[in-house]
Amino acid sequence: MVIDTGAAEGDVRGVLATLPDPEIPVLSVVDLGIVHRVVVREDRIDVVILPTFVGCPALDVIRATITERLEVRFGREVRVETTFEVPWTSDRITPAGRTALRDAGIAPPADPSDMRCPMCESPNVVMDSAFGPTQCRSLFYCRSCRQPFEALKSV
Amino acid sequence: MARRIRGPSAPDGRSTPLCCLRVTNVTTVTAPSAISGLDELLLTMADDEFVIGFSDSEWTGIAPMLEEDVAMSSLSQDELGHAAALYGLLGEATGQDPDAIAYDREPDAYRHARLLDHGRGDWAMTIARRYLYETADSVRLEALALASWKPLADLVGKLRREERYHLMHIGSWLERLASDDGEGRDRLVTALETLGPHAGTVFTPLESEGFLVEGGVLARPMADLERDWRARVADTFEPLGLPLTPTTRDPLRGRTDHGEAFRWLWGEFTSVRRSDPGATW
Repeated sequence: MVIDTGAAEGDVRGVLATLPDPEIPVLSVVDLGIVHRVVVREDRIDVVILPTFVGCPALDVIRATITERLEVRFGREVRVETTFEVPWTSDRITPAGRTALRDAGIAPPADPSDMRCPMCESPNVVMDSAFGPTQCRSLFYCRSCRQPFEALKSV
Repeated sequence: MARRIRGPSAPDGRSTPLCCLRVTNVTTVTAPSAISGLDELLLTMADDEFVIGFSDSEWTGIAPMLEEDVAMSSLSQDELGHAAALYGLLGEATGQDPDAIAYDREPDAYRHARLLDHGRGDWAMTIARRYLYETADSVRLEALALASWKPLADLVGKLRREERYHLMHIGSWLERLASDDGEGRDRLVTALETLGPHAGTVFTPLESEGFLVEGGVLARPMADLERDWRARVADTFEPLGLPLTPTTRDPLRGRTDHGEAFRWLWGEFTSVRRSDPGATW
């Protein structure tokens, strides 16, 4: 029996592109750049994801969501594994993902000297703290529009 | 019904010192069973990250300012995540349950550096301890970046990206306290003097260090790494007029003989586990 694995992998990635990251729901796991590998077999789908941070507490939720949605959609066993063989870096976020972040008021990752306010686009910003409400975010303040904002850490 | 505690702790409370286990039954194809000492190295690193992560999480809710409350909680979360990953690798290398390694040992079987055994203390103590630890940890991670066991090298690559933020944050606090004219600086100096004799204990020689260097896991012996670390700390401390780190007191016992402060902390971090052994979420 010949399986059209190419098309099936595209289908799987299509479903993954609709699954939001639990901590930044405006981004799908695909836009966040954490989907490393998808292998589709007749009886099983393997998905390998890259943790954004080693101790990311959202990983279990991400794993469970991917498993559940793919099992329902494709009716076969799904295994989700994590790896550090390629480190997740913030430049894995897709251009669409960067736009979605900005639209949600979160600055996409940038070198602190290139950071811009996601609301008024002013470069006149200061870092308040490298550590924000989740492991992957920092706190900034915009001196132009006088608003605090969060930015994804550049790693 | 509670299941019996698995892991290295015997029911009579005595535990097998994990540092004396050897890597056997390695399941990962890339794990060279020839590398003795991988377990000892992983245990010391995991215990360091676990203990400092847990100690500093005590600041959650009571740090001097809101941003620091958030920052210290986030830093601690990072360290506990690093500890979990390192205990995971240790589990992979020894076939043990990572949670059992983390929670089911008696206090004397933990192998973290004595630098981390002084209790939470005040904010200056926290900054001083973290500065000494983060700088030492970064020298250690650098020496493991090309480790011949790939799972470790991969993890170290990721850890170094995160630790960069820790160093930056703690470094700016150190300078801020050191540049203060009054109480901040006084407290920082007192803290550095208290921690000084144990500051170098992150580099306590490992029993199996020779094998690790020979096997291409650790780039250089701990004594070499300690020398580099002392030079780097001196580069920062001298211009700030801070007391230089003295020679380590009782260097061979730098990861044993944990004191009362750690016994208290152990009681805290094992309390949930002991209340219902084997419980799962």
